[in-house]
Amino acid sequence: MLHVQNVTRRFGAKSAVDQASFSVSGSAFVGVIGRSGAGKSTLLRMMNRLTDATAGEIVFEGRNILALQGADKRAWQSQCAMIFQQFNLVPRMDVASNVLHGILNRRSTLATMFNVWPEADILRALTILDRLGIAEQAPLRAEALSGGQQQRVAIARALMQDPKIILADEPIASLDPMNAQVVMDTLRRIHDEDGRMVIANLHTLDTARRYCDRVIGMRDGRIVFDGTPDQLTTSVARDIYGADDSFNESATSTAIPADTAYAETMLA
Amino acid sequence: MADLAFAPTPEKRPDLSQPQHAYVRMVRQKRVYGANLLGGFLLLLATGFHVAETRNAGDFLSGLPMLGAFPSEVLSEGWANRANVPGLALHFIPSLIETLNIAAVSTLLGGICAALLALLSTRGLAPFPRLIPVFRRTMDALRALPDVVIALVLIYVLGGGPIPAVMAIAIHTSGALGKLFSEAAENADLKPVEGLASTGARWGQRIWLGILPQVAPNWASYLLMRFEINVRVSAILGFVGQGGIGADMKVAMQWGQGKYDEVVAIFLILFFTIVVIDRSSDWLRTRLTKGAHHG
Repeated sequence: MLHVQNVTRRFGAKSAVDQASFSVSGSAFVGVIGRSGAGKSTLLRMMNRLTDATAGEIVFEGRNILALQGADKRAWQSQCAMIFQQFNLVPRMDVASNVLHGILNRRSTLATMFNVWPEADILRALTILDRLGIAEQAPLRAEALSGGQQQRVAIARALMQDPKIILADEPIASLDPMNAQVVMDTLRRIHDEDGRMVIANLHTLDTARRYCDRVIGMRDGRIVFDGTPDQLTTSVARDIYGADDSFNESATSTAIPADTAYAETMLA
Repeated sequence: MADLAFAPTPEKRPDLSQPQHAYVRMVRQKRVYGANLLGGFLLLLATGFHVAETRNAGDFLSGLPMLGAFPSEVLSEGWANRANVPGLALHFIPSLIETLNIAAVSTLLGGICAALLALLSTRGLAPFPRLIPVFRRTMDALRALPDVVIALVLIYVLGGGPIPAVMAIAIHTSGALGKLFSEAAENADLKPVEGLASTGARWGQRIWLGILPQVAPNWASYLLMRFEINVRVSAILGFVGQGGIGADMKVAMQWGQGKYDEVVAIFLILFFTIVVIDRSSDWLRTRLTKGAHHG
């Protein structure tokens, strides 16, 4: 269904993404891991067409989406939602409006200027917010919400697009462990219930292991690993991150340990 | 004698145990620079005076005592006819309103053009990035043309009246405000714009939702400041043949007609209006940029 073929992006002489190729069929939950600067973000941004590719093809349902221009490109963007590390909401506007921005592609500029939205769409936005457990925040300004709530608003905006693919660029990198778990659970639930394809850049291994059906490892712009979470052994992880024997996975883990002994002493 | 190796001419080294020495020396140095600068300025002024004097049509020194002649004549005549002044002030209110209208319409039109030019010439927002220098130079050109010069040209083309005045001020305003608008937009956070772009939003939608809410307070503040300036400009344009209070003032000010009470009346209402506009726009601008709590 989605075929990424030899996609390359060069910034000057440096290749951010170098001949990346992979295919995803059906609705998979794919995690992309790698250290900072490995080209994960550039790869996702090329899929959404926020960044142009230097070479290669991304074929989705028989169309090379890298060749789309103008209105066709924007129509593709509306089918391929993106979630950002910094949420990228409009901070001064209310939560429901931010969700409604998901359908901007089929609204005219004039209707946007006068803030006219069909009632059915407003109700759908509120239903989505309710589904993500933030219906009460609908009339608040987006900037008044916590990071975890803002990221859920961003997911709601993505759902409003009714997209075929959801791309998530480090969705939990600026959240605390508790909110990170809520956001990742939400993404996984969308995948399980709606059957949408999700491709997420993740910066921690345990998140990738826990939530993804498939993990793609990138190093210096190249894809160096493509397999199931089970195949992602510590030595493979060392290769992906270019780390030596001192690499300790649990040191960077963001999982909340089930420390029952501590809880028991506190409760006793 | 190890010191000699580093400083062949032994001088007093800054005493690190007394840091105020270094500071005192710095202050002294700054004072010397300041004095040199002032001396140079005075020298240029003195040498330039002769050149300016010989090129003057009249004689500067002999003309100097006459400086107060016209104002004192106006004031004494105005004082003699002071009973007329309140009535005349009321009489000139319609032309004052015309002047204010010229300023308001031209600020609005110029502001709209400025907003478009600014967005077209801001890095990261411009829909045609390669044309940014073209739009920037256009703004420079519009800004470089003084409004009085544009007005004089337009009078020949369109005749007198408020329309050429509006056009002249609007042209200059769009250049002047465009630069300020563009600078404000350059500092805007691009994350919302990127988020909107990822949903497939058009350029207009991205700007309207992502940029305008951020820059609105700054832009409104610049617009108000420009309105203040344009009220004065539109009064001045009356002198070169456009409508409004300036035209009345020019007629009244011609020598030897005994209309100096009108000059006084016009000047009073103009002064009062400008004070009111300046004060209220100051207050509004502080509120806009710093929020209601500080204003």
